[in-house]
Amino acid sequence: MNMLKLSWKYLVAKPLNTGLNIILLALGLAIITVLILIQDQFEKKMTRDAEGIDLVVGAKGSPLQLILSSVYHIDFPTGNIDMQDAIALSKNRLIKNIIPLGLGDNYQGYRIVGTNYDYLELYNAKMGEGKIWEKPFDVVLGYEVASKLGLTVGDNFVGSHGIGSSSHEHDEHPYNVTGILAKQGNVLDKLVLTSIESVWYTHDEGHDHDKFEKSVSKSGFPETDEEREVTSLLVQYRNPMAAVQLPRYINSRSALQAASPAFEISRLFELLGVGVKLIQGLAVVIIVIAGLGIFIALFNSLKERKYDLAVMRTLGASRGQLFFHIVLEGVILTVLGALVGILMGHLFLALLVMQNEQGAVSGLTSAVFLQEEVWILVYAIMVGIIASLIPAWSAYQTDIAKQLSKP
Amino acid sequence: MLVAKNIEFHYIKDQSFIIPDISLNQGEQLLILGKSGSGKTTILNILGGLLKPIMGEILIGGTSLYQLNGASLDKFRGKNIGIIFQKPHILSPLTVEENLQLANFFSGANGGKNEILLKDLGIFDKRKAKVNTLSEGEAQRVSIARALANSPKVILADEPTASLDDDNAEKVVKLLKEQAEKFNAVLIIVTHDQRVKNHISNQITIGGEV
Repeated sequence: MNMLKLSWKYLVAKPLNTGLNIILLALGLAIITVLILIQDQFEKKMTRDAEGIDLVVGAKGSPLQLILSSVYHIDFPTGNIDMQDAIALSKNRLIKNIIPLGLGDNYQGYRIVGTNYDYLELYNAKMGEGKIWEKPFDVVLGYEVASKLGLTVGDNFVGSHGIGSSSHEHDEHPYNVTGILAKQGNVLDKLVLTSIESVWYTHDEGHDHDKFEKSVSKSGFPETDEEREVTSLLVQYRNPMAAVQLPRYINSRSALQAASPAFEISRLFELLGVGVKLIQGLAVVIIVIAGLGIFIALFNSLKERKYDLAVMRTLGASRGQLFFHIVLEGVILTVLGALVGILMGHLFLALLVMQNEQGAVSGLTSAVFLQEEVWILVYAIMVGIIASLIPAWSAYQTDIAKQLSKP
Repeated sequence: MLVAKNIEFHYIKDQSFIIPDISLNQGEQLLILGKSGSGKTTILNILGGLLKPIMGEILIGGTSLYQLNGASLDKFRGKNIGIIFQKPHILSPLTVEENLQLANFFSGANGGKNEILLKDLGIFDKRKAKVNTLSEGEAQRVSIARALANSPKVILADEPTASLDDDNAEKVVKLLKEQAEKFNAVLIIVTHDQRVKNHISNQITIGGEV
């Protein structure tokens, strides 16, 4: 027999009360756990995917939409821009590097991105198998695309128009898988990468087979005499001065819009922040109610237990031990609540991710444990101690002789 | 072994009662008789270190009880004094066995005698049972076993037979006497129950004839 066992026995003697308190606390802490997990991974993912991109240039529209579509590939593109404008911009001395993107098609919900080798270099992407695209209609698959769709090097598929999976198909010309990227842990995992030319030629009406055999451009813009468009441009600044001058310069030109990923993302988090705060507040309220529940349960049980406590004193228990006995009950309850809550949080996130395979939360994992989760445990223990202080003090004060003389 | 000297106590001023001096050697037994409200339980509480008297001194095995304070008095009580109440007061979330183990734990004793005790008192079969499955007589025997679990030097019983029928009352008194003799402990029974009278010859009466 020891103090832990003793407190535990008293808790199990009231399984319903104990269970209810644990579940209530666990619920509150599960919400907090999910929030912490999502926030941490979401922010990391957002920053990782936008690394090295100082500015995104595209068609006029919502700057947030431009960032979401061109950097994270989760929203619709704002439209296309004329390639001549893009080339003119690329000559600006404030720009160090510029990567064109051609968006708008998908295969089974995975977006097809027309770009050049610089885009792979931007993320330091490594080939897993096969080789990089050389000709039009050659594609390189992101790791997740290949594994989810079961495609390997040498396979062919036909893309469809639009960025959702149910749009109409381009039955004209199939894509040919020449390579698969190694697992990147970023947005590339979910993309189908190809040359800008591939994206152009799929949408062309006529068939010019000579064109299809030419090598595609590896860097910068493809050379062409035709009127061509691209969707957006990822820009790297040459110097800090560019951050001040370039966006204003671009936005003042009628056809183009510039948006900074860092700025737009912090704006997005600000918008989401209100919702997050609200859910957090709800969780805190639940936790406070759980704490009150524990307090009331302990306080009520104390009335029936005064006799037991007095008997314990006659058996040699000190006042301090009785105090500890009650506090321990509160702490056992909350520690269990915290563990169940953290488990529930992870389970809930796992479910959420499973149901949204291609959505914004798809890159998240529930199989990580953060330092903040240890803090959840610490907070829970604090709730347990606070909730049990008054009952424990009342146990400490038990007057043995008076209690035992009561009939 | 147990000496009570010049004990005086009152709940309300001017209504103090003086408790007769008691001096018992190891193995001796004493019956304190008194009507309800005569202060029997108060005496027992004072002897058991549960209620500090206004004046006087209790010595158990040479230790002055109320010179000890706080936790050390609690420890001393757990180790040396076994108290049996009118009601069994078994801790209901624990089994019979665990009630004894708890007594061992709080006093720091090893509890090697628990099994023999339970067998002696005829409740060994019930050692895994919860209190609500026990009969009144069995429960009272568990409370005796618990009081004896630390091999105390002094056994105090407060109306141990009050809620029992004749058969069980007789059994309980016999058990108490037997066990006290076995442990060579001082036994004090406080009661108004006439059935106990014939078992212990050494008697004092407080608050007038019963």
